Amino acid sequence: MSQAAPVLKRTPLNTVHRRLGARMVDFGGWEMPVQYSGILDEHRGVRTAAGVFDVSHMGEIEVRGPEALDLIDHVTCNAASRLNAGQAQYSALLYEHGGVVDDILVHKVDDDHFFLCVNASNQDKDFDYISTLNLFRTNVESADDRYAQIAIQGPRAADLAQKLTAIPLAHVRYYWFRDGEFAGVPARIARTGYTGEDGFEVYVAPEEAEAVWLKILDAGLELGARPCGLGARNTLRLEAKMALYGHEIDASISPLEADLAWIVKFDKGDFVGRRALEKQRAAGVRRKLVGFEMTGRGIARDGYEVQIDGQPAGWVTSGGPSPTLNRNIGLAMLPVEAAQIGRTIQVMIRNQPADAAIAPTPFYKRAK
Amino acid sequence: MATYPENFRYTKEHEWVSINGDVGTVGITDHAQSELGDIVFVDLPKPGTRVEQGKTMGSVESVKAVSDIYSPVSGEVVEINETLADSPEKLNSDPHGDAWLVRIRLSAPAEINNLLSAADYQKYTGA
Repeated sequence: MSQAAPVLKRTPLNTVHRRLGARMVDFGGWEMPVQYSGILDEHRGVRTAAGVFDVSHMGEIEVRGPEALDLIDHVTCNAASRLNAGQAQYSALLYEHGGVVDDILVHKVDDDHFFLCVNASNQDKDFDYISTLNLFRTNVESADDRYAQIAIQGPRAADLAQKLTAIPLAHVRYYWFRDGEFAGVPARIARTGYTGEDGFEVYVAPEEAEAVWLKILDAGLELGARPCGLGARNTLRLEAKMALYGHEIDASISPLEADLAWIVKFDKGDFVGRRALEKQRAAGVRRKLVGFEMTGRGIARDGYEVQIDGQPAGWVTSGGPSPTLNRNIGLAMLPVEAAQIGRTIQVMIRNQPADAAIAPTPFYKRAK
Repeated sequence: MATYPENFRYTKEHEWVSINGDVGTVGITDHAQSELGDIVFVDLPKPGTRVEQGKTMGSVESVKAVSDIYSPVSGEVVEINETLADSPEKLNSDPHGDAWLVRIRLSAPAEINNLLSAADYQKYTGA
């Protein structure tokens, strides 16, 4: 108790989370709800009905100007040039050496306007990084304080969201977005998410967030929707094998190693990190991200060592129980020669080896 | 509101022990299970293991995190609650009863004086 508690950042929904009985924790410097009813209940709720998440800690960056596309294509590895207005894309900012600055969502609002959604803990770094590389006729603006973000995820997410907007959501396809009225306020409604389910991420002004949050919960009641915390968000994204910065990817891991080659478009022209990745691709990656399931007793956790034949071989990037599969699963960075489906590996759990088998991913895929 | 039995003794690490003759039954507190959230795994020492007061003797895992279990007393583990292997969630529903963890034959019964009463434990947790 001698240490002063750090001052945590709060989203516009902080008060309402507390009022509704969420358990709040320090999440990378943000005071965020880790759970409402319980992680398992929330997780299953998202897989079977719908869950509502406050993800306002995520950062937003606006890129505007006649050369906005040139800047975006220069600083990201996916091909923003292939986006239509109203379309979003999963992408990454890379370092020259091929490591990842951040994984981001690029939304093309218009030919001269891109809207980036970036990780909470990386937003200042990303803004500085993009600004430094901005030698284009383009304005880069940190817009975090202009947006709250609420995710509605699950098989009933579209039914729920449709109750609150006149925009025909059936016409908003996966990874597309529309600007319009939502719950009575101006919003950006993107069909994106981080759970492996269908769903939406809704951006509204911070001062509208609480009213919108309550309207969503209210409209979702009859659909079985529930408020969820970041605990369930993590178990959901792990089952869907979606990367978490600082775990599957970071400055020392390239997208090729993290099984994200699909967001690297070598045919789009030059971009930061391209040369390093070309070299890595030509030489062949030495390590690779794989999924595994525990066959022995125990739960693999982030950072645990992985051994093969008694020798250290890699580490668990993310691990935990899978509420959908009722098994203990994880992702690990391993040498490519060891990365074969079915192969037995050992996860060191409190200095004891526990068997696991390399498994196909994603662990969970929704029925279309 | 959880009740904390008067006849239990408690640790600041959120275990309880209930003494019957020279055997102590050990569990985690309601406060502990509530802080942990959904418990999905329990790792207990094998019968015959010697444990020491204040030292790690196993772990409980929730969906989110691993938490060590510290033995509230010294002695030898004589029995473990086998049902928790298949039903760890019982720790959430009945931490002071059915979901006891281990029974320990005490080697130093006077150690019990180092532990907290129900009232002091509740004061400590701010309950």
